[in-house]
Amino acid sequence: MEIAISIITGLMIIGALYAIHAKDLLSAVIACGIVGYGLVICFLLLKAPDLAIVQIVVETITLIIMVAVVLDSSREERFSKPDPQGYISIITSLVLIVVLFYFFRMAIGTLDVFGSGSLRMAGPYIEGAAEKTGSTNLVTGVVFDFRGYDTLGEAAVLVTAVLGVLTILRIKGKK
Amino acid sequence: MKGMTVIVKKTTQLIAGMVFLYGIYVIIHGHLTPGGGFAGGVILAGSFILLILAFGSDFMHLAKEEAGSTLYENLAILVVVFLAVSGLLLGARIFFLNWLPKGIPGELVSAGVLPLYNIFIGIEVASSILTIFLALVIFKEEISE
Repeated sequence: MEIAISIITGLMIIGALYAIHAKDLLSAVIACGIVGYGLVICFLLLKAPDLAIVQIVVETITLIIMVAVVLDSSREERFSKPDPQGYISIITSLVLIVVLFYFFRMAIGTLDVFGSGSLRMAGPYIEGAAEKTGSTNLVTGVVFDFRGYDTLGEAAVLVTAVLGVLTILRIKGKK
Repeated sequence: MKGMTVIVKKTTQLIAGMVFLYGIYVIIHGHLTPGGGFAGGVILAGSFILLILAFGSDFMHLAKEEAGSTLYENLAILVVVFLAVSGLLLGARIFFLNWLPKGIPGELVSAGVLPLYNIFIGIEVASSILTIFLALVIFKEEISE
């Protein structure tokens, strides 16, 4: 399973790199799709069908919207030489990458081996969750019962996002 | 946005209803099989997006649709909050309490309030994503006018 996930992750990285360097924006958007659909297969291999269903539908809808935007505006990427401020941004991001890499490396050393043993909080959730919540799908039991606050927060985030979109895309009020 | 060819329209007519039904199935069986409010809601929104893309946008009609979906979105999140608060009012004073009888695990009507949460979160997610899509389409129509 690790070999399959490694191959798919490699393909995802290639797709992401191609998306950055592609001349045609439409092929860049399609290459972004490789990342999303590769993630779906990774979720299925890691036995997380709940996440896979959400990811595959969201990826499809996002891809449709992005393709519509590219077809409607322009298919060519416009290049411009970075000004002094741009060089400062590039240097800052490079320093940030080095710092993050250092700390991630430190953090990875303290983790368990990939997939071995569940996290400490997961034990009490898994034990007798079917009796406690009455739900045979453990994920729904956790999402709506033990972690109800999380779900409420997610729903609130979605509502806020819609409010933001409606506010930004309001033309008649601006005139 | 103009509609697509006859082939796409006919296929959409055949498929959109099935996609809609599948979304409802995923939402209602959320406490039994993989899926739930979020996944089913996105599938429901997908069926509407399919219809709008295939048949094109009639501007006045879409504006009415957007008002409706915004209303349903806000009502659904309000119902979810009321359901969560109802745990505070009934029985033990716990937010998000599962106060309905649990029933037999594995049956369609079981797990107390979890199916209700699933249904209303599903409505909320579906109308949210539909509202974002409609807002983008209406924005484009207004710009091109």
